[in-house]
Amino acid sequence: MDKILVSPNPHIHSATTTKVLMRDVVIALLPAVIVSVVFYGWKELLVLAVSVLSCLAIEYLITRYCMKKASTIGDWSAAVTGVLLALNLPPTTPWWVVFLGALVAIGVAKMTFGGLGQNIFNPALVGRVFLLISFPTYMTHWEIPQGLFGVDAISGATPLGAIKEGLMQGASVPDLMASHGYTYSQMLFANIGGSAGEACAIAILVGFIYLVARKVIKPWITLSILGTVAAVSCIFWLANPAQFTDPLFNLLTGGLLLGSCFMATDYVTSPMSIKGGIIFGIGIGFITLMIRYFGSYPEGVSFAILIMNSTVPLLNNWFHQKKYGRA
Amino acid sequence: MAKRTFSIGGVHPADSKISRGCKLEYLPIPPTVYIALSQHIGAPAKPVVTVGDKVKVGQVLAEPGGFMSAYIHSSVSGTVKSIGPRKDLSGNNQMVVEIAVEGDEWMENIDRGDTLVTDIPDDPKAIIEKIKLGGVVGLGGATFPTHVKLSPPPGKVCEMLIINGCECEPYLTSDFRTLLEKGEQVVIGTAIIKKALGVAKATIAIEDNKLEAIEHIQKVVNEFKSKGPEYSGIEVLSLMKKYPEGGEKQLIDAVMHRQVKSGGLPIDVGAVVDNVCTALAVYEAVQKNKPLIDNSVTVTGECFPKQANLIVRVGTPLNYVIDYLGGVPEAAAKVISGGPMMGKSIANLEAATMKGTGGLLFLTREQTKRMPESNCIRCGKCAEACPMGLEPFLLNRLAKAGDTDALEANAVQDCIMCGCCLYSCPAGIPLLDIISQARGQVMGIMRARTAAAKAAAEAAKAAAEAAKPKSE
Ligand code: SF4
Ligand code: SF4
Repeated sequence: MDKILVSPNPHIHSATTTKVLMRDVVIALLPAVIVSVVFYGWKELLVLAVSVLSCLAIEYLITRYCMKKASTIGDWSAAVTGVLLALNLPPTTPWWVVFLGALVAIGVAKMTFGGLGQNIFNPALVGRVFLLISFPTYMTHWEIPQGLFGVDAISGATPLGAIKEGLMQGASVPDLMASHGYTYSQMLFANIGGSAGEACAIAILVGFIYLVARKVIKPWITLSILGTVAAVSCIFWLANPAQFTDPLFNLLTGGLLLGSCFMATDYVTSPMSIKGGIIFGIGIGFITLMIRYFGSYPEGVSFAILIMNSTVPLLNNWFHQKKYGRA
Repeated sequence: MAKRTFSIGGVHPADSKISRGCKLEYLPIPPTVYIALSQHIGAPAKPVVTVGDKVKVGQVLAEPGGFMSAYIHSSVSGTVKSIGPRKDLSGNNQMVVEIAVEGDEWMENIDRGDTLVTDIPDDPKAIIEKIKLGGVVGLGGATFPTHVKLSPPPGKVCEMLIINGCECEPYLTSDFRTLLEKGEQVVIGTAIIKKALGVAKATIAIEDNKLEAIEHIQKVVNEFKSKGPEYSGIEVLSLMKKYPEGGEKQLIDAVMHRQVKSGGLPIDVGAVVDNVCTALAVYEAVQKNKPLIDNSVTVTGECFPKQANLIVRVGTPLNYVIDYLGGVPEAAAKVISGGPMMGKSIANLEAATMKGTGGLLFLTREQTKRMPESNCIRCGKCAEACPMGLEPFLLNRLAKAGDTDALEANAVQDCIMCGCCLYSCPAGIPLLDIISQARGQVMGIMRARTAAAKAAAEAAKAAAEAAKPKSE
């Protein structure tokens, strides 16, 4: 002992650091990553690789050369954005489109605000929505997975897209479901059209349970989104089953699970308090369904989350946690 | 049955009670002791001895220096060498009485035998007087003079006595050993305090990582039921382990499901909380005439070669304690008085123990390393951990902006300095460092405001008096 250290309490620290938390999110995304690679093969692998590497490289360059400080890619948050962005894109997306998405996600949505913790909107979603608006053709037509090592993939619309189109042509929901051959077990276990990360609901739920069990996230936001979507779509569907899709269909399609488990729960862009989180979730669920039922985009989770992201400062202002001894 | 605990926040640091198996052991008496005159909250005691006086163990060295103060006794026999300033563990000067030890001669009225005395004096006033004469102060950390605590202000009624055996700080085990080895005395002490307060119910609260202690105390409580009416109404309560359960406010919440209002006292919700070691000291003072001249200290740490729970005479130099166990280990980087969450890091190992010294903990650089600070990721973990329900991330931000009004509105003054926020923050933000500074500032402002309001009220009254027509 050379010199005695003197500093204020506490003298110990929990082992949970930002890096550990972010790495846990990446681990939780692995089941979805593996399933998507198994279903979509090397194309999906390329999208993932380009997305993650671009996010890391862009963040590294911006921190080192524009902000002139130590690189922050070691905290794994850029990797999380990279994986999430990839899982939000169709596996057929050209590499340069993926790169542009990463540039917007990290360069615009994250770093211009000052980096991790300072951004208002979820970076991966901003990247995705940017691509959705700029390159609608790449973004709305998806590859339908064809079994484990499927060769002849068929391009088509997502279930939500197909049904939306069908409805506009005057068909009814049950007929469309039957004619496209959509079944719930397909949606649950794999094999529906959609972005890579939507391929298998179970894989996403496994990751979600991991995050909750590791106490990385609280389940309230996710549950309130899913609950709201289920309840509201149930009302519409009971009122008019020919015009409106049923609750289970809405829960399992359109990236709702991926968005509610992994993107709405982003610490930085979601409310701090439980009450705020529940209201945030209800808002996302409701807006998602309104866009799906009445809007011009077939899905709507991305827009709903981004819209609710902007209410977070207000929700944080309104809802505080209960203080000891102050009724 | 769902496990009882406090309702807001809290953290679960590793227990690390590696000294739990070490029996209480008497540390040999050092050649010189340095007994501080201010070992309690409140006014320092006034010395009644002078240089050159011969003193015995248990002899009064200093008398209370005010209402909120306590007697100080000699913990050794010998000659008073000096009375003057000496550096305490933070390196600040403190008035101490230095005594060169000669033999171990005790005051005649002290009963040093082991026989348990279970008959409790009848008169609460006499009990409280004996506690006062024994120099007993709270040994849970706050060192609040016990006789003051046991005399609630008029109008306040105690409904429940809580004996705090949580010892929720990692590493510390002296309360645990006391419960196991001196459980009878603790239970008698509990009955005495109960009698002094005139309260029907007492709860001895122990965290469930100390099952042996819970069982033992339960057994003692059952056995003693027949010994007199004071022994009924004592209950042993097992609480779920969670830090800071031993915090007075948290414990009251856990045991009584009541919360002390901001700025209030436990007695406002009908509670009095005393530590198990305080109950032991009460037993010794009231039943054995033995004033508070020694206390138990856990000496521990993974890097420390020998773990121990020592009974140490008040005023023993820390060096002496450490050398007795083999000296400061090479690997140690920090020595802490108390536990790792709320303890104070020691700057001066020549300082001496005080009544409230409960532990000496050695941590390596690795164990006590602070992470580099990064951006707040708004994870809310600090708010989730705060047992007072505060929002440390917000307080931190407001403190940096220097917004004292908003800090007060967000209750920075309620912070109990437990360290849960800093402990949990994944971004390594030194939350408590900043919050405690802001808290001091805000409390200063609040005090000044109360003082100003009082002065204004008095001035208004005086003016009204002056304006009144004189009738004489
Ligand atoms: S130190 Fe203060 S602000 Fe931090 S958790 Fe404890 S009470 Fe809350
Ligand atoms: S724990 Fe740290 S990173 Fe998380 S909200 Fe609090 S201050 Fe921010």
